[in-house]
Amino acid sequence: MSTTPADGPVLEVSGLSKSFGGNHAVREVSFALGASELLALIGPNGAGKTTCFNMLNGQLRPDRGRVVFCGRDITGMRPREAWRLGLGRTFQITATFPSMTVIENVQIALISHERKSYELFSAARRQGRAEAEALLDRVGMAGAADRHCAELAYGDLKRLELAVALANRPRLLLMDEPTAGMAPAARVELMALAARIVAEEGVSILFTEHDMDVVFRHAHRILVLNRGEIIAEGSAEAIRADARVREVYLGGGTQEPGAEEARPHA
Amino acid sequence: MTLDLGFLLGQFLAALASASALFLVASGLSIIFGVTRIVNFAHGSFYMLGAYLGYTITEALPTGVLGFWGGTLVAALAVGVIGAAIEIVVLRRIYRSPELFQLVATFAIVLIIQDATLYVWGPVERLGPRAPGLDGAVQILGEYVPEYDLALIAIGPVVLGLIWLVFHRTRWGVLVRAATEDREMVGALGVNQSWLFTTVFFLGSALAGLGGALQVPRESVSLLMDLNIIAEVFVVVVIGGMGSVLGAYVAALLIALFNAFGILILPEISLAVPFIVMAVVLIARPWGLFGRPESGEHQQALSEEPLRPLGLARRAAILAGVAGLAGLAFLGGRYGVVLATDIVIVSLFAASLHFMMGLGGMASFGHAAYFGISAYAAAFLATYAGLSMLPAMLLAPVAAMLAAAFFGWFCVRSTGVYLAMLTLAAAQIVWSVVFQASEITGGDDGILGVWPDKWAKSREVYFLLTLAIGAMALVTLQRIAHAPFGYVLRAARDNRLRAEAVGVDTRNHQWAAFVVSGVFAGIAGVLFVFAKGSIFPDELAIPRSFDALLMVLLGGVQSVFGPLLGAASFTYVRDEISRLEYWRFIFGILIILVVILAPDGIAGGLQRLWRWIAARAGFRRVTPDKAEGA
Repeated sequence: MSTTPADGPVLEVSGLSKSFGGNHAVREVSFALGASELLALIGPNGAGKTTCFNMLNGQLRPDRGRVVFCGRDITGMRPREAWRLGLGRTFQITATFPSMTVIENVQIALISHERKSYELFSAARRQGRAEAEALLDRVGMAGAADRHCAELAYGDLKRLELAVALANRPRLLLMDEPTAGMAPAARVELMALAARIVAEEGVSILFTEHDMDVVFRHAHRILVLNRGEIIAEGSAEAIRADARVREVYLGGGTQEPGAEEARPHA
Repeated sequence: MTLDLGFLLGQFLAALASASALFLVASGLSIIFGVTRIVNFAHGSFYMLGAYLGYTITEALPTGVLGFWGGTLVAALAVGVIGAAIEIVVLRRIYRSPELFQLVATFAIVLIIQDATLYVWGPVERLGPRAPGLDGAVQILGEYVPEYDLALIAIGPVVLGLIWLVFHRTRWGVLVRAATEDREMVGALGVNQSWLFTTVFFLGSALAGLGGALQVPRESVSLLMDLNIIAEVFVVVVIGGMGSVLGAYVAALLIALFNAFGILILPEISLAVPFIVMAVVLIARPWGLFGRPESGEHQQALSEEPLRPLGLARRAAILAGVAGLAGLAFLGGRYGVVLATDIVIVSLFAASLHFMMGLGGMASFGHAAYFGISAYAAAFLATYAGLSMLPAMLLAPVAAMLAAAFFGWFCVRSTGVYLAMLTLAAAQIVWSVVFQASEITGGDDGILGVWPDKWAKSREVYFLLTLAIGAMALVTLQRIAHAPFGYVLRAARDNRLRAEAVGVDTRNHQWAAFVVSGVFAGIAGVLFVFAKGSIFPDELAIPRSFDALLMVLLGGVQSVFGPLLGAASFTYVRDEISRLEYWRFIFGILIILVVILAPDGIAGGLQRLWRWIAARAGFRRVTPDKAEGA
């Protein structure tokens, strides 16, 4: 795993741009993210949050700009290579391995991390079992280890995804709408867990979120994206007071914060 | 070869005429696939029915222009009605089954139509009337070109134009295009889906029937028409992009031209030409010329249960199965021992396909290639190199491994039906090379005299050897399924994006699975060649690949026992009934019954039956029961 200079930023994004057929989805986005920071990226629907995320972990190649992770240029690197460097992510629509059990989902990440995925004859069931149990315990899922992933409730899937993302001890986690589709109490609980992980394990988290309650309560710092551009940046108080942000959320005819819910999980 | 302009023009016009015929059939298949996502193998049968009906109806009507063209149209409509009826009676019941399961039903329909046609029209080929007014030939640059060919050249674009009009000027056509684009969305908009599917089946089948009826003046009508055309039609649809009618026309032109001129340039592998063209197109454009990747990732959530290590009951079932086989071998006489040996070999072959299909999520339409390559390699080693049996058995699967590594590298760059079609292309290329390189392979005559060593000569000893090797191979496949590789492979199948996001190179794992699968098919192949003492090109042809596919799907893709149950019951039942006159009809009906009664395959059906009995008897364990009703 790469090392960072003690207080150098974990992530440095400069001039990131992407357009789809003339529509500028993301324009000249620059920001930095420090160690153990919980940074929120907010903005109305279609502001370019997910596009931004997809460029950060290599799912999408930017037209312009650079992504530097722990001092290393990872622009255009494949997601799986970025993951090996310690950049994990969770998805807006939960992504798990539905035919497997909860603990197997975590074991997959551990097997991959230990580069054992081409082993043909050892028994996978025992592979990293203890470590996987510890990770599930971390997210409060220890009791569900042997349940079939397909029968989990939505909130549990989100927590499982978090456990999977933590399996390779990442330096940075990208969480795309981690609490979308959850009940308010569960939202707060999940983000409190994320905040704890940031505080206790030195992981940095960049997350997008529609629920302003969650954002204002947990984020150390907030970036506001509108029409592909960053229009404000600062603490919760500063963002609350910012006139442009108010306009985007309340005046500009764009949707209210929190109006968009993730599609219910089928 | 002289560059005679007239000759080239003649070839060109003949190619255009063939393209029209091919297009009519392919457009129907493409439309059906676009809307229903059914890989309809019965489409060639609709074409054949069109030819027979066209023949009978035009014979019955008074001769003349009206009689011929009117009869042709009536035949096409009749085939459309038959297609719609089949959709209502059979296919409608299984739209919710796992992907590709419908394919099994359409294959059963092929068998049923085969025997129904045989029953109605008999085995003798029929020579139809020439088209009135178009029975001559015109001289162009010194070449005689049949007038009827010129008419066909015009009919293709005319039909293309008519389909375009229907698709762009009618509400129904707009719905069909919308459904091709995004099926779920159309359903969500409140369109009556079953009505749409039935009408689409009517149109698609009618187009196939029209293609068949129009073929009557060009070739004799026979029972081979269905299978002769189906592979080429699939090639055309895939090259054009599944669901694209314009694509089907362009691809039909391409294939017809390559067929006409390929034979002049590459006579040695002329049979493989369409498949080489398809492979090249798919490698450059993984969804065909005019196709698009599936819109969105509307991936059906898998209802599959986690893979558990074998419990006591299943271990007992395995022992019972082995005991049953041994009983068949030693108490069933000469016939029993041959059948038992076959069952072991075929089970291993099916299990190897299941490995890439069930765990890897890659369906193969050409798995027999690796079975056959290994069998031929063993035959070469035994005859040309004079190796004894065991070293030949050990070395030959290496050939299958190399071939799987080579072809697999291309195949895993695609997904879904396109990947399956690439495997088919690979198998057809191998088959045509084996078939046409007769100096080395003996061509159609095959290689004879590949017998086991003296110690294994008796059928009983060879059965035991097959059982031992087969069991070891099956246990090894099981171990791999439960090893880290098997886990990661399933993860990649479940959710490619998620797997990549935890560092997994999904394509590379699929490639490795392709190779593993090829090796085990190869082991089945060597066991086969020494059991039979000979090998023929048939063993790597399409029907052998489809047998394996049917066994895996019928048995149940979602169960590790599926392929074994499928292989054993398929082999046993077919062996039992194939002495009857209309056995294909019976076999087809049986397959459809399984498909309708057990949409999760024989393994799933038995499991549900067992649960039902257990519940009745009152010793049901309390477990969350997810599989039911899923």
